[in-house]
Amino acid sequence: MTEDKRAPTVEMVEITKRFPGVLANDRVNFSVTQGEIHGLLGENGAGKSVLMSILYGLYRPDSGQIYLHGAPVQINNPAKAIGLKIGMVHQHFMLIPNMTVAENVVLGFEPPGLVLRSRDISSRVAQFAAAAKIKIDPNAMIEALPLGTRQRVEILKILYRQADVLILDEPTSVLTPQGIDDLFTSLRALRDQGKTIIFIAHKLKEILSICDRATVLRRGKTIGTVEISRTDENELTEMMIGSKMVPTRRAKKASNGKLILQGEEITAINDRGVVALTGASFQLHAGEILGIAGIEGNGQTELVEVLTGLRRPTSGKIMLNGVDLAGISPKAALDHGVRHIPEDRHQRGIVLDFSVMENLILGDHEQPLFKGFLSQLKYRFIRRFVDQRIDEFQIQTPNRETVTRSLSGGNQQRVVVARIFNRELTLVIAAQPTRGLDVKAAEYVRRKLIELSDQGVAVLLVSADLDEVMALSDRIIVIFNGKLTATSDRPTRRELGLLMLGETKDRS
Amino acid sequence: MIDIWNIVDIALFAAMLRMATPLVLAAIGGVFTERAGVINIGLEGMMMLGAFWGVATSHWTGSPWLGMIVGMIVGGLAALVHAFLSIKYNANQIVSALGINILALGLTPYLSAMIWGSRGASAAVTGLPRWEIPLIRDIPVLSEFLGPHSPTVFLMVIIVIAAHLILFKTRWGLHIRATGEFTKAAATAGVNIQRTRYICVVISGVLAGLAGVHLALGHLAMFSWGMTGGRGFIALAVMIFGNWRPYRAIAAGLLFGFVDALQIRLQGIGVPVQFPQMLPYLITIAVLAGVMGRARPPSDIGKPYD
Repeated sequence: MTEDKRAPTVEMVEITKRFPGVLANDRVNFSVTQGEIHGLLGENGAGKSVLMSILYGLYRPDSGQIYLHGAPVQINNPAKAIGLKIGMVHQHFMLIPNMTVAENVVLGFEPPGLVLRSRDISSRVAQFAAAAKIKIDPNAMIEALPLGTRQRVEILKILYRQADVLILDEPTSVLTPQGIDDLFTSLRALRDQGKTIIFIAHKLKEILSICDRATVLRRGKTIGTVEISRTDENELTEMMIGSKMVPTRRAKKASNGKLILQGEEITAINDRGVVALTGASFQLHAGEILGIAGIEGNGQTELVEVLTGLRRPTSGKIMLNGVDLAGISPKAALDHGVRHIPEDRHQRGIVLDFSVMENLILGDHEQPLFKGFLSQLKYRFIRRFVDQRIDEFQIQTPNRETVTRSLSGGNQQRVVVARIFNRELTLVIAAQPTRGLDVKAAEYVRRKLIELSDQGVAVLLVSADLDEVMALSDRIIVIFNGKLTATSDRPTRRELGLLMLGETKDRS
Repeated sequence: MIDIWNIVDIALFAAMLRMATPLVLAAIGGVFTERAGVINIGLEGMMMLGAFWGVATSHWTGSPWLGMIVGMIVGGLAALVHAFLSIKYNANQIVSALGINILALGLTPYLSAMIWGSRGASAAVTGLPRWEIPLIRDIPVLSEFLGPHSPTVFLMVIIVIAAHLILFKTRWGLHIRATGEFTKAAATAGVNIQRTRYICVVISGVLAGLAGVHLALGHLAMFSWGMTGGRGFIALAVMIFGNWRPYRAIAAGLLFGFVDALQIRLQGIGVPVQFPQMLPYLITIAVLAGVMGRARPPSDIGKPYD
C-alpha cells in the first residue's frame, strides 16, 4: 500500500462474502480517496463485481465494515447507497427498455408531488444533461438507443442522483475504441470536478491509461494497491494472474487453401422482423481464420445463425464445398462438418443441468460411434471416451457425472470446445468464444482455434473483442448495420473502429 | 325465423355493462399485480370470497354498503396471503394463488351451510340499491343503457380512470411499471420492490373482492356456490386482451360482457342452452391463444426478487 495523506472517501475493511460453494470475497481491503479514478482489476471471478455490489447495497457482506469519509455505514439496499451518494453503472445496464431516457433517469428520484408530467421530467432531464455536458434526447426510448448511448444514460442517471462516488463495472465492454476515448474524456472531467470514480476492468491497457491508482484482486483476495505512474503492464499482469502470461498471437498467413465457404449476398431478418443482414458476401479458405469485428447487435448473431442452420436467410447462398447450406437444419449443418461455438453458452452451448458426460456428446449422440445396434447409447464406450476428453481438454471437474452448471465458465467452454472434435469437421463458427472467460481459459480456447486452422479447418471468428480478432485473424471483415466491409491487409485499431461505426467520424 | 331485434336491443347493452363490471374490476386488479411483476391467478377465489363475505355481512347487519366494504377487505386479505407467500417466501406464484382458489371453493359452501343451512345458496339479503344518473335520466335511449345500475357499475368506470391515471401519470405508477418490467433496474434505481409488490397484489385482491360484491349484492342479492363461474379467469383474459392497460381492459371487458349478455339472450331461442353458454369461454380461449393479436406482458412477470 502507498501512503496517502487524504482521508479515504470509501474504505472497505476485511470484507468477506461467501456464496454456496464459493468464497467470493475473502477479507478484502479496499480504499479510494476523493478525486481519483481508482481501478479495480482482476480476472473474471476475482470478486470485483461482488465487492462493488456490496458497496452498492445489492449484497450484504458476511463480515467486514464499510466506512464513508471515516464514518462506519451500513448499506442494506441500493436506495441506501444512493442516499449516501454512491452510484453504480452496471455491466448489464439497468435501464427499462420500453421507457424513455427521462423516465429512466428520474425513476426512484422523481420530482416531488403526486402527478408526474412527462413534459416536466423531460425538460428537467434535458437541463440536467446540458449542465453535465452529456448529449442525449430525453424523450428517446431506451430500446432504440445504441449501447454506447445507453451507457451515457446510466452515467446521467447516477449524476442525477447527486452521486459523489461513481462505480463503473466494465464500462468499456460495449464501446468502440472511439467510444472508449469519449468515455475516458468525460471520466477525467468528472474526476476534475471532485468526483471519485471506481473503474472495474480486466483490461490492463484501460487501467493504465485512465486510472490514478489500482487495486488488484485475485480469487477473492486483495493482492495490493499500486500507483499507476509507478507500475507497468508486467507488474499488473503478475499481480492479476499470479504469473507472467504471453498472449497468444498468430502470424498472418496468405490464404492459399482450398475455398471452403462462400457466402453470396446473404440477407436475413432478425426475430423482430427487421433486416439484420444485407447482402453479406465473403470467402473463407481451408486453414484460414477470418475475423468478423463489430459492435454487438450489428448482425453478428444472425450471420452465425444463418451459417449454422439456426436461421433461414431470406435470400442468398451459403456454399460449403459446393453445397448450398442456406435454410438447412442445424443437424444437416453438423452433418456437413460445420461446428459451432455459440455466443451464449448457457442458451445454446450446453444443457446446464446435464452431466459433463452428456454435454460432451450432445448433438453427436446419434453418431454410429456412440450408438449400438438397437440405437441404444453405448455407455461403456461413452464413459471411456468422455474420460479421455476430460483429460485431453483439461476440463476441471470432479468427475464426468458432475452437473455442468457447477463448473466454472472456463470449464463449461472447454466442454463446448471439446465437443467440436467429436466428428470430422471442415468449418468452425466461433461466436464470442472467450466471452466471460478468465485469461487462462481464454488463451486455451484461442490456442485451440489456431490448432484447428493449422489442421486445415476453416475458422470464422466472430468477436466483440477487437484485440482478439486482431491477434488471431488472417483477414478481418467488419460488420456494421448488417453489412460486411473487408479491411486492408493490416488494419489499425483506428481503422477498424471507424468501420465499426459505419465510417463516420462524427457521432451523436 | 328469429327476429334479431328481439335479441339485440338496448337492454342487451345495459346487460353488457353489468356483465362487464366484474370482469373489468378483476382485470384492473390483474393489471396492477402483473405490472408489478406478480402473477395472480387467484382472482377467481378472491372474487368468490368477496361475494360470500359481502352477502354474509349484509345478512347480519342489513347493510349492503358494509357488505361491500367487508367484501373488498376480505379480497385484499386473501391477496395479502398470496403476496406474503410469493414475495416474502418466493413461493411459486401459480401454486400459492391456486391454493386460494381451492380454499375459496371449499370454504364458501361450508360456511354457507353453517350460516344458512344450505351449501348451495344463501338466503336472500339486502342488495345494493340501483342508481341512475340525474341528468341522463330523461334522455330516452341513454337512460336505459346507463341505468338504473348497481353503484358498482359506476364505481368500475371511476376505478378504470383512476387506474390509468395512477399507472401512467404518477411517480408511483412509474415505480409499478418499472418493477414489473425490469425488477433489478427498478431496485438499483432505489425503488422499494417489496412494498410496491405488496401494495399492488393487495389492490388486485380488493378489486377482485369488489367484483364479487357486484355479482352477489349488485346483481342478485344472494350468494350461491360457484357463482363467480370462472369470471376471475376470464378477467385474466380481459387483462391480456387489454394489453395490461386500463382503458383497453375496459374495452376488452365490454366485449366479453357483451358475449356474456348475448349468451343469456340466446338461451331463450331454442338452441340447446349449452352452446350459448360456451361462448364466453370460447372467446377466452381465442384471446389467450393469440387469435386477436399477441400481447406483450411485462418482462419480469412471475419472477421472484430478493
